[in-house]
Amino acid sequence: MGKEYHLKTPLSAGDIEPLRSGDRVIISGTIYTARDAAHRRIMELIEAEKELPIPIEGQIIYYVGPSPAPPGRVIGAAGPTTSYRMDPFAPKLLELGLKGMIGKGKRSKEVIEAMVRFKGVYMAAIGGAGALMARAIKTARVVAYDELGPEAIRELRVENLPAIVVNDTLGNDLYVEGQEKYRILDA
Amino acid sequence: MREISTQTIVDAVKDTSIRANLELGDDVIQALESALEYEESNVGKDILQKLLENAKIARDERIPMCQDTGVAVLFVELGNEVSVKEGDLYQALEEGIRQGYKEGFLRKSVCHPFTRKNTGDNTPIIVHLDLVSGDKLKIWVVPKGGGSENMSRLFMLPPSAGWAGIKEKIVETVAEAGPNPCPPTIIGVGIGGNFEQSAILAKKSLLRSLGTPNPDTELAAMEQELLEEINKTGVGPQGLGGRVTSLAVHILMMSCHIASLPLAVNIQCHASRHLEVVL
Repeated sequence: MGKEYHLKTPLSAGDIEPLRSGDRVIISGTIYTARDAAHRRIMELIEAEKELPIPIEGQIIYYVGPSPAPPGRVIGAAGPTTSYRMDPFAPKLLELGLKGMIGKGKRSKEVIEAMVRFKGVYMAAIGGAGALMARAIKTARVVAYDELGPEAIRELRVENLPAIVVNDTLGNDLYVEGQEKYRILDA
Repeated sequence: MREISTQTIVDAVKDTSIRANLELGDDVIQALESALEYEESNVGKDILQKLLENAKIARDERIPMCQDTGVAVLFVELGNEVSVKEGDLYQALEEGIRQGYKEGFLRKSVCHPFTRKNTGDNTPIIVHLDLVSGDKLKIWVVPKGGGSENMSRLFMLPPSAGWAGIKEKIVETVAEAGPNPCPPTIIGVGIGGNFEQSAILAKKSLLRSLGTPNPDTELAAMEQELLEEINKTGVGPQGLGGRVTSLAVHILMMSCHIASLPLAVNIQCHASRHLEVVL
């Protein structure tokens, strides 16, 4: 296992650059949720040069569509969704200063290159551990696109949200490195 | 004829859909515990422990184990001596899901293919109905998440591909999926039938509890061989590297056209939700 870092949002390039694939990060502060439909809408606003519903610079976007909050809870289950579906949008957001993305699963070559160029990281949370992840979320508030239901953009205040760095600012990829280490090749 | 009211069906489906999403089956819990002993990667072990912890939190605190509470797939066996009273079977199944997803605070994950507008109540549902003999109505509620479903594949292989070709395609499908379907996974395989039947067989194979051997000893041996091959890929828990990529491979097979060798690979994440109710 790599080193452990505590990250507090908003982030600077200096917070991100020491991180290496395989490091564990513990995130606290405000982060924003967005997945498929929200990304499409954000991109339409960027193309139309309109104001965005959330800040991008120095921020972390968590790819999640939580289940509804039962009475007495701030959120339902809230584990990561698969990230590749956001690949067409991620380079533009990194260019605008996005520093972190939390999800699960592989990223495209273009996104990995954009992380190197614009200094961002991609972190994996445990897919399928939605009940556990929800414990780190202290408040949740819909800030845009309420009509999208689970796909609405939420502002989350998190305390000690755990994740693992998959892609760093040097272009490393933990999915490739980790799997190579355990692959058994038949003679 | 034995009469079953639609209200009985609605209530049973509602209750089963909630329990399926909140309570990870003992079969999966046991498989994860066994995997923990087998896994060599420290990161992998940590992930398996967290998945077990997650299952406990979900069950104790009554929230879904995964936020993706899926599209509601229902396998239904309707006995020929059963008469559904006061309405329509399909509508009763759908109403049960509608109520279960609302009252259980489950996520509504169904939308229009192009506008992506959410239908708001997790309908329509997907029903596979079998007519059987007897006076029982058996319903399996199988909520299926999008992440693992997206990594599933169907191949119309030439018959000459044989077992070697089938094995290659299955291992390739799992390896290419890598971290995306939230490994450790369960691999549902349908061989034969035709285009749509192979996919239904693959999904149906997931109804079998983990650890229960395939009653067909030849298929059981094939499942074991495939599992060993899959776990050589090194994908590991969450795709971060390790020995445990899949917990099990389940195969269902039937005869097919002389020109064809259909193969469907339905990937299931560890949140393998399949709960049955018999009315």
